[in-house]
This record gives sequence, C-alpha cells and structure tokens, in this order.
Amino acid sequence: MSENNGSHHIVSPGIYLTIILTLMALTGLTVAAAFVDLGRFNIVVALVIATTKATLVVLFFMHAKYSPRRTQLVIIAGIFWLAILLFMTMSDYISRIDYRGVRSPLTQVSSRELHQLS
Amino acid sequence: MHRTGELYGQFKTLEQQKDSANLGMWIFLVTEVMFFGGIMLAYAVNRHVYFAAFAMGSNTLSLKLGGTNTIVLLASSFTMAMAVWSAQVGKKQLIPLFLLLTILLGFVFFGIKYVEYAQKFHHHLVPGRSFDIFYCSNNPDKCSDISAEEMEVERDLLNKTRALDPDLNAHAQLYYSAYFGMTGLHALHMIIGAGLLFWLLKNSLTGIYTPQWNTPVDTVGLYWHFVDIVWIYLFPLLYLIDRHK
Repeated sequence: MSENNGSHHIVSPGIYLTIILTLMALTGLTVAAAFVDLGRFNIVVALVIATTKATLVVLFFMHAKYSPRRTQLVIIAGIFWLAILLFMTMSDYISRIDYRGVRSPLTQVSSRELHQLS
Repeated sequence: MHRTGELYGQFKTLEQQKDSANLGMWIFLVTEVMFFGGIMLAYAVNRHVYFAAFAMGSNTLSLKLGGTNTIVLLASSFTMAMAVWSAQVGKKQLIPLFLLLTILLGFVFFGIKYVEYAQKFHHHLVPGRSFDIFYCSNNPDKCSDISAEEMEVERDLLNKTRALDPDLNAHAQLYYSAYFGMTGLHALHMIIGAGLLFWLLKNSLTGIYTPQWNTPVDTVGLYWHFVDIVWIYLFPLLYLIDRHK
C-alpha cells in the first residue's frame, strides 16, 4: 500500500492457485444455491457470491490489494458511482406497484387496495 | 511511446511511471464499469417488471455450457495472472507460454459461445420477427437436441408462466435481448482482449518484457481480468434465474 517505495509487491503463484480454486468452488456453490428455493433471497445469495468472486479477482489477480492508495481510491469511487446508479433507480422501480398491467412480483398490494387505504 | 522502459521526463522514477500507466488503465476500467453498469440496470429493471418471463427465458439456457464457460474463463484469468508473474520475476520463456494458454482458453470460450448462439438461432430464440418461445414445445421434432424429458419440463413451465404473464412471448423476447446484448458485448470485449494478447505474445517472443519493464503485460492483464469479472456477474444473472422450479 505504500507509494513509490521502489519495490512492487509480487504475488506468488501459490496465492494465485488458492484464489483460482476458491473461484471455482464459489462457481459450484452459486449453481447449487440456484437450485434451492430461497424466494426473493435467491438473487441476494447469487449477487453476494458473485461480488465475493469479483473482489478476489480485483484484490489478487489485479493486485489492487498492493496498489497505491490513489489507485484504490479510483476503484472504490467507480464502485460507489455504480452503486448510486443501481440503488437509486431500483429503489424507485421496486417501490412502484404495477407496469402495463403486469403485477410487480415484490408488491403484495394492488393499486385498488392501496387506493382504498388512502 | 516508450517501448523499452526508459524514464520519461515527467516522472521521477520508473516506479512512478509504471503506477501512472496502471492508474490510467484503472480509470479506463471504471468507465467500463459504468458502461456495463447501465446495461445491468436496464436488465435489472426489466427483470423486476417481467420476472416470470425472465425466469422462463433463463431456464431455456444450457447450464452445462454456461457453467463450463465460467470455469474456462476463470482458468484463463489464472493463466493471465501467471503470465504477469512470469514477467515480474523474469522468467522470459514462460511469458509466451502462459499468454498462449490464455488465448487458447479464450478460444474455447468462443467455441462454446458459438454452439450456444447457434442453438438459440435454431430454437427461434433470437429477438426479431421469428422469435417464438413456444417454438420447441410446438415443434419437438425440430428441436431434437432437447430430450423428451426436458421438453416435458419446459412445456410445463411454459404453461405455468403463460398463466402468470399472458404476453409471455414479448417479455421473453426482452430477456433474450438482454441475453444477446450482454453476452454479445462481453464477447466483443473478449475479441479485443484476444487481439491484445496476440500482440503481447508476438512481443514476448523477442524477450522485451523484463522485471524492470512489463507494463503492457500488466495493463492488458487488468483488462482481461475485468472482462472475467463481467462474466462472473453475467453467469448468475442470465443462467441462474429461478432454476429451482
């Protein structure tokens, strides 16, 4: 993490091998998890596993763990911006009720029922 | 462009010069995150609204082919990381070997992707005028690669899904548009990556990449790993929707 100290950290093949085996195991796990009915949490589990895999690739294969802080900041800023895009837009869509007559799967109340409530 | 790693005037050390090149690649990759992010968002909104049709579409994909491709691509990231390592420790004869392995695994991925795409064309699952999610269930003799047992499961799922979503064909087409759009752009990135790998391979044979200067191997490696990360997300998002049914 220290900058310009004159020696780049070299990740050993042993670590790469551990990472690739973990990635393969996580791939098996995500397939297995998809066959279990977890309701709306299936996608949560799938995304948590995918993000774990992506983090391992970024930290070790892409050496982000050993990169200067300035590079790490760029990476985190990119992920943060993506999070704004996804969270802000999806929180809008998920909180709506229906679209062109198709009921949103996450909403249990119909628009008429909601109208009666108000 | 510096080719042999001499120090440019604006940098104090070679270390700083290398970190700058690396940072430049990362900034490009962050723009790529936003590029794929926008497409993922379009996917997420449509999946949320037309979940039943998306689940139906996902269940028509081959998990065997998609899963194999995931393993192949992960393995290619490993060989790429090993190519960078070979350059860093000065094992010059290993660099082209690992680059070649990475290219080969990339081509295995293309081969499997070709089989998948061809199958979708065959099954009338390509968005457009002839798109028909019911094609195989109505013409089982024309989809001989689907076993009778699998066909029964598919027909059952189609009936259940149609009950939930009367406009299933149109919405399944949205799923397949997302599928071809996302995997197509991913494949385009891989084609560019394969081109860069050939260029590295050619240069590595002359032995110019050394522990002191291996920036091109390092930065192309970052790009290749990024393409791998995109697939890490595409696989569960496209192949694993509602598989438990």
